[in-house]
Amino acid sequence: MNTALLEAESVSKEFSGVRVLNKVTLSLHPGEILGVIGENGAGKSTFMKILSGIYTATEGIIRMGGEQVEIRDPINAKKLGITMIPQEFNLVNTLAVFENVFLGNELVKKGLLDKASMRRRTQEVLSELQTEISPDARMMDLSVAQKQMVELGKALVHESKILIMDEPTTVLNSEEVKILFQIMGKLRERGVSIVFISHKLKEVKTICGRVLILRDGEQISLSPTAELNINQMARGMVGRELNQVFPRKQFTQGENILKVEDLTVPGLLDKISFTLKRGEILGFAGLMGAGRTELAETIMGIRQKSGGRILVCGEEVQIDHPREAVKHGIAYLSEDRQGKGLLMDFTVPQNITLVSLRRYVKAFIDRKKEQAATDEYVRSFNIKAASLLSKLRFLSGGNQQKVYLAKWMDTKPDILILDEPTRGIDVNAKMEIYQFVRELAKENIACMFISSELEEIMGMCHRVLVMREGRLTGEIQDKDMSEEEIMFYATGIKEGISV
Amino acid sequence: MKLKTIRDVDFSKYAALIALIIIFIIASLSSPYFLKGRNLLNILRQVSYTGIIGLGMTFVIISGGIDLSVGSMTAFVGGLAILVLNAAGATGFSIFLAILAALVIGAASGAFNGFIVTRFKIASFIVTLGSMSIFRSLTLYFVNAGEYRSESPAYQNVGSGLFLGVPIPVWVFIGLTILLHLLLNHTRYGRYICAVGANEQVARYSAIKTRLVRFMAYVITGLTVGVTAVMLSSRLNSISSSNAGNAYELDAIAAVVIGGTSMSGGSGTVIGTVLGAVILGIINNMLNMMGVSPYLQGTVKGLVIIFAVLLQYKKNKSS
Repeated sequence: MNTALLEAESVSKEFSGVRVLNKVTLSLHPGEILGVIGENGAGKSTFMKILSGIYTATEGIIRMGGEQVEIRDPINAKKLGITMIPQEFNLVNTLAVFENVFLGNELVKKGLLDKASMRRRTQEVLSELQTEISPDARMMDLSVAQKQMVELGKALVHESKILIMDEPTTVLNSEEVKILFQIMGKLRERGVSIVFISHKLKEVKTICGRVLILRDGEQISLSPTAELNINQMARGMVGRELNQVFPRKQFTQGENILKVEDLTVPGLLDKISFTLKRGEILGFAGLMGAGRTELAETIMGIRQKSGGRILVCGEEVQIDHPREAVKHGIAYLSEDRQGKGLLMDFTVPQNITLVSLRRYVKAFIDRKKEQAATDEYVRSFNIKAASLLSKLRFLSGGNQQKVYLAKWMDTKPDILILDEPTRGIDVNAKMEIYQFVRELAKENIACMFISSELEEIMGMCHRVLVMREGRLTGEIQDKDMSEEEIMFYATGIKEGISV
Repeated sequence: MKLKTIRDVDFSKYAALIALIIIFIIASLSSPYFLKGRNLLNILRQVSYTGIIGLGMTFVIISGGIDLSVGSMTAFVGGLAILVLNAAGATGFSIFLAILAALVIGAASGAFNGFIVTRFKIASFIVTLGSMSIFRSLTLYFVNAGEYRSESPAYQNVGSGLFLGVPIPVWVFIGLTILLHLLLNHTRYGRYICAVGANEQVARYSAIKTRLVRFMAYVITGLTVGVTAVMLSSRLNSISSSNAGNAYELDAIAAVVIGGTSMSGGSGTVIGTVLGAVILGIINNMLNMMGVSPYLQGTVKGLVIIFAVLLQYKKNKSS
């Protein structure tokens, strides 16, 4: 444990002038499992992508075995013995296991593929990993856990010295996690170093020797896991002051408008129940993949529920298409503005009236009425566009988001579901959107506010529900709200809800 | 507002019109017969059959699909229309029945394509390639590869007649153009089909019934095929089960593409398709007058299509 396998010194990364990773310094010893934790956007992925050659660092030095190296691309990283196992596996579903293991590095004998050797070698590695997978099995027939084993096998075959695993346990059940940890232990004994990125602090505490905490691109700490308890880790991840000014909260709430009971979607949502009042801004916090977007999409009728009820104004409603949701006064701004929200080649008015087009039709679409409505939104939302008849793709992210908001406000909703409404937009537009959402609440519109930015949730919401792995795990009232508290529920340290 | 300069004008919008004008000038210079009224009317009549289908095809292509079955469908619908005509006796009313039958069968055939494409999520290219074979085979089967022959001499008046000196198919082409232009540009359905073709997911999230919208595009195409089937079968007063409608899909798709409708879906114009159809008609006419072998005309048509798509591709890349 004395000579470092890999050393990073003041590694930084900038994207078009914005620093997303600032001077990270660490050393990785042979046979060590290093945990990396941080919130979404803390710089974990960026750092790992630098190590695995997907990005190149803007500044800093990386040494391997004492010598400075330049990791130019993933192939280069592989040669240096660094393998990354991403969340989305790099496997070809239609090929056999052994073909995947050797993909891009096929063994060749006399100009032909040496399948026998590849099979044998794959078998050896898989036996070593103590799995029952046959080298000839087709990838598509394997479970997610088995696929992960194949990825590990791939790394072993190529004798990787450093394995980077990005959230490997999110796709596994607890039994599979146990097996994975056993194997990680074995790899450690062989001298392989593992970088383990995870949101699950308990797991980090269990398996990792040291833990690196990142926040907003900064290295907060790098210390032995034994010296930190889980609460300290969570605090390290979020611990910052509220530095944005949010409009003051108003507490004039009306009657219940939306009631969700035991809403279930197999594999995604497990018996979600909550109520939403008029004029309330109800936050939904949780980590990526906690099921918040899926919840919104199920309410909207984009996903089909397998159980549970949705009640609007006390009456049960059947929603199996967004059309029905709109009829019941529900509006949903997706987190994926470009993929699910707006038509980039349509003009501003065409986008704004897309859902509510019915109102603009006499015999034909009334262009003047459309234009008048658009002008009104442009004024009240302060939308800036060179020309309203230019395609939407020429607007900035913030202005696109305002158009998106206008599009759904034009359906005159009673219930507005906002999914990451300020993602990827500038600070000013953010402020305007906060102000606007606050005003909607004043006008008695009920709002579900899904966000991964905790300070935004805390600044905006009257109450926050925390989700984890498809379940509601916590409910926090305004007075008890703190980032740590939310993180405890989101990461599974605390659990239990009394709704 | 900035003053419009020549560089701000979107030439791609008028590309088809500019191409038409250029080709028209070349054609009138190359042959003194080209500008004769009879020749021009003849061109219009010739392009109206596939042009009408092209109008429907515009909707399918905007929706992000394609319909390869329209040629065989024309023979299929035309053949059945003649069977209905004969079965109903050769009266004036039976002609009305035959036309009605053609429209209904056309719409139903389109619905068949649309249902399979949207319900089972199979690529429209494959589905309509299959139904292309089905329609042709059924057409051949019913008359043992022979001809569907009308027993009503009056039926011929529909397709061969003139109104104000202009052939009826041309009037129908113009009428449908206006109708479908209004549908595409001034109704909710028109807006929706562009939305679905541009990004189906966004359309679905915007509470649009995307399946129904796409389905209807195939029904519209089926209807236009029904109209063409009436025009064609009444003009000849018969339908050849093996030849009728051959390669109509090529002409219809070519007209749409030359007219500037995007092959990747999301945008297009009905007027452009009309211009595309006329451009193709003039090129054919020119080749005929210059004595180019009819067997070579397919080559020219093919090249024109590829060139039109190439222009689209370049335009997309630059924007």
